[in-house]
Amino acid sequence: MDFLKRITKQREFVIAVIVLSVIVVMSFVSPVFFSSGNLLALLLGLSIEAVIAVAMTNLMVSGGFDMSVGSIVAFSGAAVAILLTKGVPTGVAVFVGLVIGGAIGLFNGFIISKVGINAFVTTLASLSLFRGLTLILTKGQNISGLPADFKAIGQATFFGIQTPIYIAAILIIAGDITLRRSRFFRQSYYIGGNERAARLSGIAVDRLKVLAYMLTGLFAGLAGIVMTARLGAASMTAGSGLELRVITAVIIGGASLQGGEGSVLGAFLGSLLMALITNALTLLGVDVYWQTFVIGGTLLVAVLIDQLSKNRAAAKKPILTIQPVTAKGGKK
Amino acid sequence: MSEYILEAKGIVKTFPGVRALDGVDLKIRRGETHAIVGENGAGKSTLMLVLTGVHRPDSGSILIDGKPVAFSTPHDAVDRGISIVFQELSLVPSLSVAENIFANRQPTGFLGLIDRKKLNDKAREALALFDLDCIDPSTPVKYLSVANQQVVEILKAISTDPGVLILDEPTSSLTETEAQQLFENIRRLTARGIACIYISHHLKEIFEIAKTVTVLRDGHYVCEAEVKDIDEDYLVSNMVGRKISDIYGTRPDPKSFGKTRFEARGLGRGNDFSGVSFSVRSGEIIGFSGLVGAGRTELARAIFGAEPADSGELFLDGTRVAPSSPGQAIALGIGYLTEDRKTQGLFLDFPIRLNIAANRLREFSRGFFMSEKLIEEGAEKAVRDFRIVTAGTGKSLRALSGGNQQKVLLGAWIGTEPRFLIVDEPTRGVDIGARSEIYGFLRALAAKGTAIMMISSDLTEILGLSDRIIVMKSGKVKGEIDGPKATEEAVIALATGTDEGACD
Repeated sequence: MDFLKRITKQREFVIAVIVLSVIVVMSFVSPVFFSSGNLLALLLGLSIEAVIAVAMTNLMVSGGFDMSVGSIVAFSGAAVAILLTKGVPTGVAVFVGLVIGGAIGLFNGFIISKVGINAFVTTLASLSLFRGLTLILTKGQNISGLPADFKAIGQATFFGIQTPIYIAAILIIAGDITLRRSRFFRQSYYIGGNERAARLSGIAVDRLKVLAYMLTGLFAGLAGIVMTARLGAASMTAGSGLELRVITAVIIGGASLQGGEGSVLGAFLGSLLMALITNALTLLGVDVYWQTFVIGGTLLVAVLIDQLSKNRAAAKKPILTIQPVTAKGGKK
Repeated sequence: MSEYILEAKGIVKTFPGVRALDGVDLKIRRGETHAIVGENGAGKSTLMLVLTGVHRPDSGSILIDGKPVAFSTPHDAVDRGISIVFQELSLVPSLSVAENIFANRQPTGFLGLIDRKKLNDKAREALALFDLDCIDPSTPVKYLSVANQQVVEILKAISTDPGVLILDEPTSSLTETEAQQLFENIRRLTARGIACIYISHHLKEIFEIAKTVTVLRDGHYVCEAEVKDIDEDYLVSNMVGRKISDIYGTRPDPKSFGKTRFEARGLGRGNDFSGVSFSVRSGEIIGFSGLVGAGRTELARAIFGAEPADSGELFLDGTRVAPSSPGQAIALGIGYLTEDRKTQGLFLDFPIRLNIAANRLREFSRGFFMSEKLIEEGAEKAVRDFRIVTAGTGKSLRALSGGNQQKVLLGAWIGTEPRFLIVDEPTRGVDIGARSEIYGFLRALAAKGTAIMMISSDLTEILGLSDRIIVMKSGKVKGEIDGPKATEEAVIALATGTDEGACD
């Protein structure tokens, strides 16, 4: 019973219920919805942002924030594609792509935590810097003609399911367990909860913050590689606007901009919910231009529900016990 | 004309789930200083909010000069002559002294523009009341000392010519000398016929400044007394509802102390402190006294590795150590309970159990993973051992009283089984019942062999608990006094040395 009570109080539970209800309703409304083709397309569509959301969750739990992931996706994808067209072996090119992502994250993290510039401003600058570099590098052209072994990273199928879905699933499961239970990543919650108190509790705050940015960059780099492989080409506009979708998913999943809360599972469910809504609107024949509007509404409703339940919890203060009072005389 | 300038009769105020005030009476005479005491949650603040029109009472009446009044906004209360000086100063730092005093009531001239000359003249007049002619009224408030900022706050409150002035914990950020100056200012106000309602945790101050005192407990009126008829024990017993005597416990025999546990030699860092040497024996509680800004907290943070010292040496059980981060200090067995539990010590939005685990995650994990079971056991033990009043270890820290929050923090640090524990203002904002428990926990920890360094601005606490007292001034150790022999005068003399002027 106690277990049940605890589970139902979790943010993930609430979103899971909403996700399930959307699925059930849609199965009745649209015959196409529950087909494996539609569901796989849906999962494939969200796999890229779900990969980034894993690292973004850890970052936002620790109170950080990264606007540059969309640009990292484009830059690492373009860099890998250029290397491949120059005849660099796939393994080396992929490795370089990952290093580029991690290095950009390290650059963000270093400026934010060591120099002390605000995370929003720093990563906003990175967003332009690396989108700009991508444009310079690609000269505005798509880069195609990539080798087959590279394209397999994004296009191969096992048991009828494409690799990006496997990659996302593995990272989500591993990421959720690690962030939820490992001692090392538990420190992120403390940093987000109260950075100064975390430092005085013996947590190496600066090092962990830099690491969180680096991981976010690394995961974005990976996402860029997978995306390029899937599309079979690097595009200068790849991943634009992705940062907002990822951050929205993480917040719907229970994180806040202040840090200290959130989970990878929640972020995945948030991302799934957004994909489902988009999918449902399409299947229902709603004008495609409504999608962005509905996503915004979903985010607003999610944070409103959260705030209202917090307000209600705050109003439920313990009831004082009032004892009768007898005043005795003083010193004579 | 009524005998009382302000009366409250049978005030009841409930909030969802809490009866904050339950039939409270208060009678304030013209020109007297009337103290209100009670533990945290006794209803002092709520009563003040009712008297100043912020909250409307559910029942009961407020009378001014014998005539019933009803306030619907704070403005009404000000109009009827009730002003308040809040604990947290409400000044605009970048505006001038004069503009702060006459906020929204600046004298105007041609075209409704502010008449600066007149404004500054009026401010100068006001400052003269407290002999502060030396302050230029056009100085931005942020350049004033905290004590003088408070004077500006008081001048602002009395600029509406009130009959009653409420002072909420006015000495909480003042030094001893500054507090004396404040008392002098209060006497000047009462001599002019203004009644002062004085709220303070420091009972000693009440005996110094107040004529009458009202005691509240759990939202109830307990009693009213003339200060000259009562003593401190009487007040404490009525505040707590049971007899409390000797909250500091008894000092152990110095012969029972073990070997030197911790030693600092010639510690220094920048302008914060220099040449600091002292040692603490196992089982000993050493008190660090001094004015705010004497460098005590900076010293503690240096020892703890938060901002390491740049000269000097530290020894723990005879071995030289040099922690360069709090993590290393904790691993060595050094603990530091910060002076500001809310911003630096605790994770207020986290449940008790995560706060207890914060500084020893390794101890609560199995391999790479945290163990919820170990955390739960550890937290339940802490709740039991430290008598933390809560519905469960899952409750967020925000739901706890100041005293219980402090016990959680203390529980987390004592849980690390430190060899040397620094406690910085261990009972700030903690009411007297929890305070005596905290002293007991510190004494018990010392009895197990831990050496304790206690930094405190509360002189009675320093005198009551310390086995030895070290006094610091301007970053240097000024002297050392044996605990049982120490007197307030001796400590203050060392802490202040030559006095600086009031006009800074």
